[in-house]
Amino acid sequence: MAFLELTGVQKRFGEFAAVHNFDLAADAGEFVSFLGPSGCGKTTTLRMIAGFERPTAGKIVVNGADITDKAPNQRNVGMVFQSYALFPNMTVADNVGFGLKIRKRSKDQIKKRVGELLELIHLPDKASRYPWQLSGGQQQRVALARALAIEPQVLLLDEPLSALDAKIRVSLRNEIRAIQRQLGITTVYVTHDQEEALSLSDRIVVMSEGRVEQIGTPFEIYNFPSTGFVARFVGTLNVLSAKVIDPGAGTLEVAGQPIRAAKPISGGHAGGMITVALRPEIIQLGSRADLNNLSGIVDDVTFLGSIVRVRIKFTDGSGVISFDTFNNPHLAVPDRGTAITVSFPTEACLVLDQAEAAAAAAPEDLDAA
Amino acid sequence: MGRPNPAITGTAIEGELGPGPHGPGAVPSNSARRSRRSRYAGRIFWWLIFLIGFLYFFLPLYGTLDFSLKSKPFGSAYTAILSDSGFVSSLGYSFVAGILTIIISILIIVPTAFWVRLKYPQLRPFIEFITLLPFVIPPVILVYGLLNTYNGKSLLPLGDSDTGLNVLLVAAYVVLSFPYMYRAVDTGLRAIDIQSLTEASQSLGAGWGRILWQVILPNLRTSLLSGAFLSLAIVVGEFTIATFMSRPAFAPYLNIVGDSKPYEQAALALVSFGITWLAMILIAVIGRNSRSQIKVTLG
Repeated sequence: MAFLELTGVQKRFGEFAAVHNFDLAADAGEFVSFLGPSGCGKTTTLRMIAGFERPTAGKIVVNGADITDKAPNQRNVGMVFQSYALFPNMTVADNVGFGLKIRKRSKDQIKKRVGELLELIHLPDKASRYPWQLSGGQQQRVALARALAIEPQVLLLDEPLSALDAKIRVSLRNEIRAIQRQLGITTVYVTHDQEEALSLSDRIVVMSEGRVEQIGTPFEIYNFPSTGFVARFVGTLNVLSAKVIDPGAGTLEVAGQPIRAAKPISGGHAGGMITVALRPEIIQLGSRADLNNLSGIVDDVTFLGSIVRVRIKFTDGSGVISFDTFNNPHLAVPDRGTAITVSFPTEACLVLDQAEAAAAAAPEDLDAA
Repeated sequence: MGRPNPAITGTAIEGELGPGPHGPGAVPSNSARRSRRSRYAGRIFWWLIFLIGFLYFFLPLYGTLDFSLKSKPFGSAYTAILSDSGFVSSLGYSFVAGILTIIISILIIVPTAFWVRLKYPQLRPFIEFITLLPFVIPPVILVYGLLNTYNGKSLLPLGDSDTGLNVLLVAAYVVLSFPYMYRAVDTGLRAIDIQSLTEASQSLGAGWGRILWQVILPNLRTSLLSGAFLSLAIVVGEFTIATFMSRPAFAPYLNIVGDSKPYEQAALALVSFGITWLAMILIAVIGRNSRSQIKVTLG
């Protein structure tokens, strides 16, 4: 039986439905991330677990107990906020010990537990500091320690790294994951940052417009997106128009060049147009007889640090395709205007249905770039 | 070999091209002269405004001080009021009323402002309007309303006894303190993220009482002090309501003294003014202390 269960959870604000029929079953000690753009309902769902919002319908169960109608202070759920929310009038030790004081633990117990947690977050010498004397990263670690101090059944983190700079974000997210693994606490993490979700989570819930688009491991979400939205939102994507040649054999034509999908094309008929998506990192430079090949002219080369992204324009002007190659000092980057061929495996062709294709053809896609 | 780069050789570009407009020996242009002149004129204008303001506020005080010191022997007005038991008792009465006013208005205003900000922000304009009513309704109307409502024929005949009148006086003062207290508290609440702090406290198991007492109130310290001292100053100087309720407060005492002892009245006016200033200085000192505490610890 799952440790944290959300069954048919809905939230409406007047006429507006913020969350539609949300179902999730998380095991004890699992790290689940809610990933999606702003306004997709991920924070609202988290707030319903915390008790700050009451679901319009549905049930929330933690460790077999229905907490749907319990007040937030009766749930034993720890929460870390984007804005840290440390109590400015209290020292670090007082902040961490606040929940324990409420639970009427003895002074010695509080002191011991606060000491342990400050060790855990590597701030043992900051006990007597006030929040405004700490950096953002330190404040967020104190907020984490404060949430953990009460030994919550579930730990909720609401975009905890959003207010921090890039370097601290990476180090702190590793720290959060290490602490979570060490304590084995069931954790729900809200983020709009796909890299954060992919690197931290056991499972990811991708959300859009209040609905769950897909639940899966980071590997599944990235490599086998079940909807166009997931394919577009997680990672970057080439979106190509393809003409169906033989739906049964999965043969297609892109910019007048034949390619093949790994599976038969369902819902497509010979001569009809469909949309296929390709991850740029799966495409490689050069032609290979055993793979799909597409030729074009180098239109642009973008240096992105560890990778170099090359955009190719099809000679018939029907579109562009981009591919990534790892950067190294000896890399021979093709010049603009050079005619080149790229190849990719048949399994890399993700056939999108029409609604997904429309969603995937959003301006931020590589295709439109 | 080309011309040496001035940046590399250290040769100043200015040296090659001659002095710039602000270099040594530069002749100020007409527009520069004009702007400097207008700057001086502006500075003189603002000093003049400051001087007029200073004279407006301090000349009457000086006049009062000068008048109070004309009593014979020198300073006798001050010794007379300090030895008068009425002075201490009326001042003590007003201070007690002031402190009670502060406590009650904090108990009313803090939870109200907190709740409105947290749960019903759309009600803020309405609450603000309510708290501003004492500026619109003259104290004389307020006191007549109170005395008529709570007279001997009412269910709660507070107007018939000294204790009842004391209660009514403090209640009226609480109403008078609303604009100052509410604004101070509301400003203080605006400065802190009350929603996150409240939710963080709740997730740690805190109830409303603990949240208000241990999380919200301590973070409103400076705001509460500002509101409290302003309220105290107003209560100590309040005349109309105390007079109509026949309460032995400081302002009516000041008026009674003035009927027969003009020098003492002037001295008393200065003393009450001093009390107000003392309250203001206390606010400034406490505010400065909390800031310097931050500096010291950061250093």
